Amino acid sequence: MTMMQWLYLIVPLAPLAGAVVAGLAGQAIGRRGAHGVTIAGMLVSTIAAAVVFSDVLDGNLYDGPVYTWLVSGNVRFEIGFLIDRLSATMMLVVAFVSLMVHVYTIGYMADDPGYQRFFSYISMFTFFMLMLVSSNNFLQLFFGWEGVGLMSYLLIGFWFQRPTATYAQLKAFLVNRVGDFGFLLGIALVLMYFGSLDYATVFRGAPTLGANTIEILPGTAWSLMTVICLLLFVGAMGKSAQFPLHVWLPDSMEGPTPISALIHAATMVTAGIFMVARMSPLFELSETALSVVMVIGAITALFMALVAIVQNDIKRVVAYSTLSQLGYMTVALGASAYAAGIFHLVTHAFFKALLFLAAGSVIIALHHQQDMRKMGGLKKYMPVTYWTMLIGAIASAGIPGFSGFFSKDAIIEAVHLSRTPGAGLAYFAVLVTVFVTALYTFRLVFMTFHGPERFHEHAEHGHGDKAHEDHGHAHVPHESPAVVTVPLVLLAIPSICAGWVIGPVLFGGYFGTAIVTAPAHDVLGRMGQGFHGIGAMMTHALGTAPFWLAIGGIATAAYLYLLRPDLPGLIRKKAGVLYTILERKYGFDEAYQWLFGDGAVRFGTGLWKGGDVAVIDGVFVNGSARAVGWIAMLVRTLQSGFIYHYAFAMIIGILVFVTVFIGIPLLLARLFA
Amino acid sequence: MLGFNLLNLAIWVPILAGAAVLATGSDRNAGAARVIALVGAVLGFAVTLPLYARFNSLAGGFQFVYIKPWIETFNVNYHLGIDGVSLLLILLNSFTTVLIVIAGWDVIRERVAQYMAAFLFLSGIMNGVFCALDALLFYVFFEATLIPMFVIIGMWGGPNRVYAAFKFFLYTLAGSLLSLVALIYLYNVSDGSFSLLDYYWLSFALVPQVLIFIAFMTSFAVKVPMWPVHTWLPDAHVEAPTGGSVVLAAIMLKLGAYGFIRLSLPITPDASHALAGFVIALSLIAVVYIGLVALVQADLKKLIAYSSISHMGFVTLGIFIFNPLGLEGAVIQMISHGFISGALFLCVGVLYDRMHSRQIADYGGVANTMPVFAALFMLFAMANSGLPGTSGFVGEFMVILGAVRTSFWYAAAAATTLVFGAAYTLWMYKRVIFGAVANRHVAGLADINGREFIVLGLLAAPVLVMGVWPNPFAEVLHASVNDLLAHVAQSKLR
Repeated sequence: MTMMQWLYLIVPLAPLAGAVVAGLAGQAIGRRGAHGVTIAGMLVSTIAAAVVFSDVLDGNLYDGPVYTWLVSGNVRFEIGFLIDRLSATMMLVVAFVSLMVHVYTIGYMADDPGYQRFFSYISMFTFFMLMLVSSNNFLQLFFGWEGVGLMSYLLIGFWFQRPTATYAQLKAFLVNRVGDFGFLLGIALVLMYFGSLDYATVFRGAPTLGANTIEILPGTAWSLMTVICLLLFVGAMGKSAQFPLHVWLPDSMEGPTPISALIHAATMVTAGIFMVARMSPLFELSETALSVVMVIGAITALFMALVAIVQNDIKRVVAYSTLSQLGYMTVALGASAYAAGIFHLVTHAFFKALLFLAAGSVIIALHHQQDMRKMGGLKKYMPVTYWTMLIGAIASAGIPGFSGFFSKDAIIEAVHLSRTPGAGLAYFAVLVTVFVTALYTFRLVFMTFHGPERFHEHAEHGHGDKAHEDHGHAHVPHESPAVVTVPLVLLAIPSICAGWVIGPVLFGGYFGTAIVTAPAHDVLGRMGQGFHGIGAMMTHALGTAPFWLAIGGIATAAYLYLLRPDLPGLIRKKAGVLYTILERKYGFDEAYQWLFGDGAVRFGTGLWKGGDVAVIDGVFVNGSARAVGWIAMLVRTLQSGFIYHYAFAMIIGILVFVTVFIGIPLLLARLFA
Repeated sequence: MLGFNLLNLAIWVPILAGAAVLATGSDRNAGAARVIALVGAVLGFAVTLPLYARFNSLAGGFQFVYIKPWIETFNVNYHLGIDGVSLLLILLNSFTTVLIVIAGWDVIRERVAQYMAAFLFLSGIMNGVFCALDALLFYVFFEATLIPMFVIIGMWGGPNRVYAAFKFFLYTLAGSLLSLVALIYLYNVSDGSFSLLDYYWLSFALVPQVLIFIAFMTSFAVKVPMWPVHTWLPDAHVEAPTGGSVVLAAIMLKLGAYGFIRLSLPITPDASHALAGFVIALSLIAVVYIGLVALVQADLKKLIAYSSISHMGFVTLGIFIFNPLGLEGAVIQMISHGFISGALFLCVGVLYDRMHSRQIADYGGVANTMPVFAALFMLFAMANSGLPGTSGFVGEFMVILGAVRTSFWYAAAAATTLVFGAAYTLWMYKRVIFGAVANRHVAGLADINGREFIVLGLLAAPVLVMGVWPNPFAEVLHASVNDLLAHVAQSKLR
């Protein structure tokens, strides 16, 4: 093995080693040991990922197996790595954000009794995520995919004493499993038609199979690629929380804030986006699939953003924002602007992780208070948190110069140019969402950091865990320690600058062969012809709708939450039903609980009581036992002990015997003679 | 006298050890009984290891063949031999026996020698089933397994043990009587041979094939158990002692699936093809229907029993789609299910020994008082939910990949286990393990002791190894599975 190949292995295995040590020997090595060993692992991993990244930039790609997982029939399943621009970028982003979150956690979880367990979990998560992005085959992809799902499950329910947390974790896992149901069937079809699960083989064979049809329902010929892509996309809908499988992500905020940043904003939830981009050679062959992807993304982007406006829990606002931004990325995929989707994934990873971690900083300063109605005026107490969060908010709103502007504007423009069916609708949705995004983001900033100080009023805890209760409430809030603020600053930097590389990344063929776009779908190529540097892009933007919509959103937020704080209450009363619909999140939670949760229990009980207990056991099993007893009773009456009964039976018996063995053959002989 | 043959050792070492344990007699010598049982079980496992080492995975057919006349008048032979499928099942069985002995070490306090002996006998007898190449020998071993298990449930079982023991015994005996009729028919057709290998080359018309197939199936379907002849299993599990449940789930259920592979498929290939749709339908009902039934169980053991039935649906599905992925997946699933269901029943045993309740409602917040146990239980729960990286994923994955070749909808119905399997397992886990401490009994729980840790750890290791690297398990199957599939592909119609 070459040095580089060792590094490919070290990137995922270093976090795994840290996780295993912290998990199994957590008591022995103590708190310092646990964060020491996992952060060391992450540091090694991040450095290795950076070296790999620069090596890939030099043009050194790799696609090769590590070991043979299984051979069966004529199929060979191998574990292996594909290192190209796409995976190297993802590895670096994942490792870097994870490292920041590890450091931040030292401060955030300082008083938690599950300290070592937490570090073990987040390092283990990073291992699975890195395996997912660096895979060269569907098997390992699915391994990482389910692995991150497991860690998400464990981390959402990290505070397992809370009923809301254990409910949320189960919900997250099961909704994801619904997505995986489709994903696995997609993988099964891939294996069936391509005879291999290696990306290279599959992508090479895809164009020749592009015209194949498959009969899922008798008499219907569907394009094979459409079926495969839609099934794979169902998996992406689960993991990346796309409508209508989005319901788990807001609830996942029950987990500690560092994992909301790492898993439920920056990395895991973007796995679906990454997967679709990776599968671009397949998706490009199905216009129908692309169209579905775009419409689903547009619905998610707009409708989830609307919900964010009425949320009062600071983390839930950011969570709905994440849903909406994931919708943007999905729209980009549907428009065949995969590079723009991944670009937004990366910038979003920075500014959303920043927003979450800054929100977490506020939450610890207020002793685990998450309700924005009980915040306000925190700017002067927490300057670092304020300024970094402001950067995140500006980036999120898409103000020129900040990272979010470049990636989001590229997506909007790509949708504008796209001719995939549904693009018109999607364009409208993403435009409106720009306004909504700016509105809810700055609503959050103003309610939290500006205006009157409302945190003195509350006496009870929001979601406080026991460890913090002894702190009392008399203190004024103060800025978080360096382990919290340093990651904020380190994330704020890329939240500003990460967008500046848009030229080479989107229009310079950065992803090379990793992403395939059919010439007819090449919207980024057409955009590239009109791209003349980031300066020109920014000045051009000043005259376009998205910019003014964003400014309008911020202005509206300022008017409503700074100048006329009495207005939101009035609007709320006037809006009535509309407000209730948004506040109830369109009723999905209740509907799913009734239909699938309670429904499965009702149906299961019916099958059990009706099928197993009443029919199978009741009629057949115990019934046959009763029948034996019943026949035995009849037979017993025959054995009466009276000699004439026996004699009578004997005579009858002889008669029957004679008839059967003599009479019938005679009769038959007569008949056929 | 029996000649030296590894298969003889695999069968007779546990049985002789069982006899030695029994000889210690009353509970005054319980200590000695335990030690002899452990030595016997470990020895029994040790003699099966060379089987794997010396097994030639490239060669088809049967290996380590041993044949001696048994009842010469009827041409019955003591005829042994194994292929890859039997090899894995023998290893699993002998391994499980060691765990049973350790798990029952200080939990069983009455009639210790008899308890240990029953399991050792059972272990040897089941190895006999997996080795037998003579039809009558197979039948004798197959039926003989009922006796120790009947005793185990009837003697060390719960309050309703007599009902459960009789239900178990009669249900399975009734099922297997028809297969005896089929074997006698085959004896006549083959001009007086009981050799299974001879039966493989017999030709029949479709009607007798179907009749033989159905006769075998009634016997094997009860054992698997397949829907709708599964209702004995939850009752048996609920009443059986922990060890009994473990052996029942881990090994005994596999006797049925093994019967399909060893007898039904090669002897009646045309009937197998003709009735495959029927068997597949029953298998899929098991996956979906039983998955939903498992969801609403209030009793931990019943829930895991139903989960077993649902997972065994993958085994019968995999067998009857007649392709290498499906068939190897079925065998891998059998082995994996042995580890996982065994571990889950042991986990319930750990809880039951402390709380004397199997009701989910009596628990809650166990993670607070038993963190190490909670972590191990989590691993097995996830394995039961088919998480990649655990053994539970491999077999189901292979069967689904195989099934899609036959019909997309078979695969789709089977894949619902991703949701149902996770739902019933993790919902149960949530109610038992998570949450605040539910009551003072839970508050007083002590975490697992060293002995329990060893038992669960010994199961955690193969669950993980098999998930990360299943190839060593699948490797030994290729030649046997190819043989079998070639056989099934060949029509025997005259």
